[in-house]
Amino acid sequence: MSTMISAIEPTTSWYLILAALLFGIGAFGVLVRRNPLVMFMCIELMLNAVNLSFVALALSLDDINGQAVVLFVMVVASAEVVVGLGIIVAIMRRRTGMTADDLTELKG
Amino acid sequence: MELFVFIVASIMILGGAIGVIVRSHPVHAALSLVLTLFGVAVLFVSLHAHFLAAVQVIVYAGAIVVLFLFVIMLLGVDRTEDISIEPITAQRPLAVIIGVGIAAIVSAAVVSSTDILNRKGDGLDLTTVASPDANIRQVARSVFGDHVFAFELASVLLVVAVVGTVLMARRISAEEKGE
Repeated sequence: MSTMISAIEPTTSWYLILAALLFGIGAFGVLVRRNPLVMFMCIELMLNAVNLSFVALALSLDDINGQAVVLFVMVVASAEVVVGLGIIVAIMRRRTGMTADDLTELKG
Repeated sequence: MELFVFIVASIMILGGAIGVIVRSHPVHAALSLVLTLFGVAVLFVSLHAHFLAAVQVIVYAGAIVVLFLFVIMLLGVDRTEDISIEPITAQRPLAVIIGVGIAAIVSAAVVSSTDILNRKGDGLDLTTVASPDANIRQVARSVFGDHVFAFELASVLLVVAVVGTVLMARRISAEEKGE
């Protein structure tokens, strides 16, 4: 029995479905949460889901370029976090509200 | 063995992701994010992407989460969000539909193309026992060979991001305001 279970190996589809679940959770979080910091964290979840599927497909399709793309995604994600958190700090220094609903100054 | 690693890492990833979206305290959400990022790093190792696993731990779990925690501390740690109120009518059900829908559509596409995805070739250099740096050599050859222009653009992007953030976050002094 235990040899039968250990004979099962996770295939690429398993990784891709896990990535889809992670992306769905991240999308739900961006739509529901109102704290801008937590919204950023949910965007990180979505980026990680995409990275996971890139690496799984790099192994499956025998292409190292998939891993190179993940490296660039990480660079862009870190730049995005730096700029986004800078914007959040600059906004929060001038006002007290902590949620995205408080930022309604640009409402037409 | 690989199955066991996959199951444990999946529990880490999904548990951490659910922790990010249900914890009302931002610090707890950031720590749940660390759990998810470590789980993804474990899966990177089991997918033979050793260099990316190291980068994932150092850059994501190290630098980015610490940056999140810095900003949370800077803005005040005791401000928790009341997640019981729903500001827009029917926001949560619609968000559930969108989130579940995205996951279901992608999963259905993956399941319907399983026979294409499950073939395995030997283009990646997986001889990690004989030459432990095979993966990093391959990644370096790809990044600095085929994608060297994108690499240079990434460095420009990082410089622009740093300079822009410094300009945005500094305080405007009194004489600059007076002009």
